[in-house]
Amino acid sequence: MSIVTVQLGQCGNQIGHEVFSALCSDICGTHGLCSKKENESYHDSCKERFFYEEESGVSIARAVLVDMEPKVISQTLSMAARSGHWKYNSRSHFCQKQGSGNNWANGYSVHGPRHKEAIMNLVQKEAEKCDRLGGFFTIMSMAGGTGSGLGAFVTQCLRDAFPTSFILNHVIWPYGTGEVIVQNYNSVLTLSHLYQSSDALLVHENDVIHKICAQLMNIKQISFRDVNQVIAHQLGSVFQPTHTAGEGSGYSRNPLGDLMETLVPHPEFKLLGLRNIPQMPENSLAYSTFSWPGLIKHLRQMLIANAKMEEGIDWQVRPPHPGSSIPSTNKPLHFNTSIANLVILRGKDVHGVDLGSFQDPSLYTSWLNPQDAFSAWKTPRAFNKYEKSASLVSNSQFLLKPLDSIVGKAWNMFASKAYLHQYTKFGIQEEDFLDSFTTLEQVISSYTNL
Amino acid sequence: MTQSVVVQVGQCGNQVGCRFWDLALREHAAVNKKGIYDEALSSFFRNVDTRSGENGPDIYKGKICSLKARALLIDMEEGVVNEILQGPLKDVFDSKKLITDVSGSGNNWAVGHKIYGCQYRENIVEKLRKTAEHCDCLQCFFIIHSMGGGTGSGLGTFVLNLLEEEFPEVYRFVTSVYPSGEDDVITSPYNSVLAMKELNEHADCVLPIENESLFEIVNKIHQMINSGKLGSTVKQNSLVTSSAGSAKTLQEKPFDAMNNIIANLLLNLTSSARFEGSLNMDLSEISMNLVPFPRLHYLVSSLTPLYTLADVNVPSRRLDQMFSDAFSRDHQLIQADPKHSLYLACALLVRGNVQVSDLRRNIERLKPSLHFVSWNQEGWKTGLCSVPPVGHSHSLLALANNTCVKPTFIELKDRFMKLYKKKAHLHHYLQIDGMEQSCFSEAISSLSDLIEEYNELDATKGGPRIDPSRLKIAV
Repeated sequence: MSIVTVQLGQCGNQIGHEVFSALCSDICGTHGLCSKKENESYHDSCKERFFYEEESGVSIARAVLVDMEPKVISQTLSMAARSGHWKYNSRSHFCQKQGSGNNWANGYSVHGPRHKEAIMNLVQKEAEKCDRLGGFFTIMSMAGGTGSGLGAFVTQCLRDAFPTSFILNHVIWPYGTGEVIVQNYNSVLTLSHLYQSSDALLVHENDVIHKICAQLMNIKQISFRDVNQVIAHQLGSVFQPTHTAGEGSGYSRNPLGDLMETLVPHPEFKLLGLRNIPQMPENSLAYSTFSWPGLIKHLRQMLIANAKMEEGIDWQVRPPHPGSSIPSTNKPLHFNTSIANLVILRGKDVHGVDLGSFQDPSLYTSWLNPQDAFSAWKTPRAFNKYEKSASLVSNSQFLLKPLDSIVGKAWNMFASKAYLHQYTKFGIQEEDFLDSFTTLEQVISSYTNL
Repeated sequence: MTQSVVVQVGQCGNQVGCRFWDLALREHAAVNKKGIYDEALSSFFRNVDTRSGENGPDIYKGKICSLKARALLIDMEEGVVNEILQGPLKDVFDSKKLITDVSGSGNNWAVGHKIYGCQYRENIVEKLRKTAEHCDCLQCFFIIHSMGGGTGSGLGTFVLNLLEEEFPEVYRFVTSVYPSGEDDVITSPYNSVLAMKELNEHADCVLPIENESLFEIVNKIHQMINSGKLGSTVKQNSLVTSSAGSAKTLQEKPFDAMNNIIANLLLNLTSSARFEGSLNMDLSEISMNLVPFPRLHYLVSSLTPLYTLADVNVPSRRLDQMFSDAFSRDHQLIQADPKHSLYLACALLVRGNVQVSDLRRNIERLKPSLHFVSWNQEGWKTGLCSVPPVGHSHSLLALANNTCVKPTFIELKDRFMKLYKKKAHLHHYLQIDGMEQSCFSEAISSLSDLIEEYNELDATKGGPRIDPSRLKIAV
């Protein structure tokens, strides 16, 4: 099954390019430490998911590029073409001239309706090229105007036009100390709207990835390109083909569907976080070895203590005693309760790994069976030169604090009415803000009471 | 890609404007090696096929034939514009995009605004329309003028009004040179306050500039060069005060160095819209992020570095110095003290080889010493443009919406009241058709209201931070 990617805004397009690059270099690279047959199967499956082939044999990404100003898209198209291994369809993009001015209302209420037809035409074309459409993957930031506002509108359009398809939104959480002054408004509006039309929101926080670049990847002068490459690696570790139904079965034919099924049992809980270990600079890879038990132990504690990476984990945090029914207010502080978890393992000796520790009922909220709440996907084919790689996609309280923080700051600004005139002039009124706040307070409350 | 049009009004406006076009050409020449008319150039220049004469058609792609500035030059006396048209830039300006008269405005806002405004209205509208028609996607008008005189102040604000009426969707960014206390034009307080009312009501963003600050920057640079400490190791073309072309410092006109600073401000402001970068910052984003309430749109600007030493390798520490400098008084274009006042919002537009981690590190470092309003504690807007200015490896433009502009406005009000109480020179204004006492009272009232808005915000500074309680929803 194929996935159509929609890259929205500067951030969405810059990340999208890194994602396709990472996927392509993974399959074009080494054999992946597995049998030739396995490798070929992996290669074909990835190709089918994300690319189609031109007569010349060059892979074309199944993507639609959207931005309200031309510079980023033209850069993205030319960078991809220069790679020699893959490129974008040069007609599969839509751009305008003026940008959205970091204004969610401009993106949503003005650009959205105005360009709906043109954008959806491009999406339709890409969807038709798929033998079987597995769903849509949109990449956007929350802080700006196009990715956030137009992105929310496009997601709605996707939902209307493809009511039975899966939609996964990849959302970039901005730096806490600000990239855009009105980022909290834009974020609140985006999240509340996406919650209505999307199946799940997969979140990456800039602050977290920045730390990974600084502490794990040892990069001195971190650029957005570095950040985006880490994000692309993490996404690749989730989206590259895996066996979802145990050893011997073929690669999953419905990646997005499987993801939703395992992780989103209830529509009130759609926020997914992603952790991937190990992460290190490429030139250190050859000198490092890891054991599966070690990786699994770290990953589990990262989940429990809501750690962002494998350094600095708080090992003191423990799950509450199993068996006893504990009201949520009495649970140990800092303990991260999960609704559902998905662990994806790639590489050497994958099939013998013991994941029992993830099935501990105390990790989970009481209304789901741990057997249902936890899933594991494995593939012996190594990913992106990492001999062993483990990813955790988690529907848990991971994002509770950041969400609460953004809503708090936005509310603070809203109470003083600052910047509201910029939104009202494009049709987003105070009531619309209040609706968004209400939706998100509801989400915060739901996650808090797990 | 969008286009911008520059409207330069009055003596000051045209002299600054001239420097702007000179430096813009230099900047694009440094980047555009192949002589192809590209999108970056098109933001400020048209490419005209002049083989068959000046009225040739526009060429949208391909080789550069003849670049014409997207500019309208307006002055009510001929001297300055004529000089420009006889100087090295004469071919850059379209001779049809000029409006001049002979007698000037006599340093009288009312003459500029009411008399010449009325007289030239249709002419101005027609020329603006023509300029707009040459633009594929017009995003912004830049008005350059001074506040203290008659033409720049009066006719300049009349044009501002016109722009709002005729082109309501296009942004209006105004670069205004404010008069100093020792200004030799006695009526400059009247002119300035009357102009302020127009700026309050019709501008999207105003960048106030004070000659004193520019003068201090020029002096500082002279001292650095002549002290012999750095001497010849300073790259001549990197001086924020230098003109393009050869460094004929001796033949430069007196205000050129100061005006070049303003020109550089405008170039840096528009750099991210013209050139690529990892985090673009457009003009519309500047307006969106820096103007929390419609009338509070006065932005304090500071530029660093003022010069570059000739050695190429710039260690990280030097980079951090650039950020610190942007927040020091020496680099600001108005006499104000943002560090001790309240920030409503702050934008950092970085050019050159600077990455997001450098930005983050410096914001973290500088944040604790700056006071931000309670509802915008993380009020930073950042932009990264890959192309540095000529002669530099990197540069920073900081724009702050800060209550430190208040003293400037209060002083202006005081100087106005000194004259007004005695009705000094008032008759020069009131005898103009369309001017009444109410124009004055409305203007001063508008200024007072603005000052009061800043006062209310200042009152929140340093007080206990009480966050409003959050929405409660049924569980």
